[in-house]
Amino acid sequence: MLLINAGATQDGTAEGCTVEDWMAYDKTVRDAGIFVSGESLADLVTATTVRVGDDGRRTVTDGPFAETREVLGGFYVIDVADLDTALDWAGRCPGARGGGSIVVRPIADFDV
Amino acid sequence: MSDAGEVERVWREERGRLLAALVRRFGDLDLAEDVTADAIEVALERWPVEGVPPKPGAWLMTTARRKAVDRLRRDKTYAARLAVHQVDADRADHAPPADAAGSDGGLPDERLQLFFTCAHPALPAEDRIALTLRCLAGLTTPEVARAFLVPTATMAKRIVRAKKKIREARIPFRVPGPDELPERLPGVLQVVYSIFTEGYAASSGPTLQRLDVADEAIRLARILRRLLPNEREIAGLLALMLLIHARRDARTGPDGSLVLLDEQDRGRWDRAMIEEGRALVVSAISGGPVGPYGVQAAIAALHDEAADVATTDWPQIVALYDVLLALTPSPVVALNRAAAIAMRDGPEAGLALLDDLTDEPILRGYHPYLVARADLLHRLNRLPEAAAAYRQALESAGTDPERLHLERRLHAIQESGRGVAGTEG
Repeated sequence: MLLINAGATQDGTAEGCTVEDWMAYDKTVRDAGIFVSGESLADLVTATTVRVGDDGRRTVTDGPFAETREVLGGFYVIDVADLDTALDWAGRCPGARGGGSIVVRPIADFDV
Repeated sequence: MSDAGEVERVWREERGRLLAALVRRFGDLDLAEDVTADAIEVALERWPVEGVPPKPGAWLMTTARRKAVDRLRRDKTYAARLAVHQVDADRADHAPPADAAGSDGGLPDERLQLFFTCAHPALPAEDRIALTLRCLAGLTTPEVARAFLVPTATMAKRIVRAKKKIREARIPFRVPGPDELPERLPGVLQVVYSIFTEGYAASSGPTLQRLDVADEAIRLARILRRLLPNEREIAGLLALMLLIHARRDARTGPDGSLVLLDEQDRGRWDRAMIEEGRALVVSAISGGPVGPYGVQAAIAALHDEAADVATTDWPQIVALYDVLLALTPSPVVALNRAAAIAMRDGPEAGLALLDDLTDEPILRGYHPYLVARADLLHRLNRLPEAAAAYRQALESAGTDPERLHLERRLHAIQESGRGVAGTEG
């Protein structure tokens, strides 16, 4: 799974790349036959955080109020052989540019 | 040699290759380690009775492979993993190259893949060093823990964590392609050099040097060089370590205290090691762009070739530091360059450069910086300032021999100060 922590700009788009870059990347991932699923998330101001405290009470707040400008902007689930291949795809993702980063995480396999 | 001794020797030589080949085949470090241990256990039982087989490496490999298949049959978890791994192997189609056959009856040498796996950038730096020592140098977990002065339980946790990440994040067992090698090889060299520096100048503890750790680093670099003979920075790194390690016996006094370069008995330097290092420097720095390890090795060679500090070729050392500073600009390199300039142009020039570096955050509290500054003040005869600088350096000394050395210097200044006061009074 590629978690896209793009550096967000004022107008809500990601820094260092254009919409066309995203469309091109998206097409490449799908054409490569590795695409499993993925979504791009709506603007951060629409986010809401839920926490359950030790007392079992639920608190709902606006946010997340990220200290940095890095926020989860979307994700791809891809099916590739190993970490190096995943890192290669992550490096090509436009969200990795302009101060953004991509976190690569395996999907847990509960069968094993 | 006794059979037990022979088993020990074969074990030491073959363990890394065996482990690497099994990891590649079964894709699981834990399984590979377990069956490597199983195989040696069988060898220890049978070789003293039946004699050592003609191809001990191949024998161990066959035995370990059978043990692995047995385990996989018994263990569904492993079997499932193996199934996944074999699908991947087919997909990636890494057939071993035809010339991969090793010296021992076609046992391929897959240690290079293990080097790159252990030093993968997806692992934390400390885990890379621990794994390399564990898997390639063949140190046990308690030995690795001792080398880094952490409790065995801590080191065991670290190694388990690293293996888990390799398995679950699917860090592949592969040698990076020619296009990736420039990006990935420095990480491997960094791991080997970090192991060496921990052995050469322990970060803390009662002794200054841990020679076995430094020896392991040199052994690892030799293996790397055999596996990638055309990579000049490997030659540079091996040369650098040999040229530094050649001075090991002269670096400590009879009481274990630190003896600096200018006071070392150069007759105790290891001539054979210096010669080997010098030859390697030539291949590291000629015929192409030079890398940082090659330059550092060239500097070390100039020190090792000189009869004493006075006849050391300081202008050339300064020139090499200029090259190094351009390749890897860092305050630490600038600090060393300043020390060389102090030798070429006098302590005043060196001190001025050091004072320019005072605001570098990396050097704040950095022991070698404080010692160099104290030493130059001492040489300029600015004794009260030198004494204050030595006291400051003492606070950051990591090992007892370093502390002892500085206390002596400080004591000498105080004595001479008292002497001056005495003549005046």
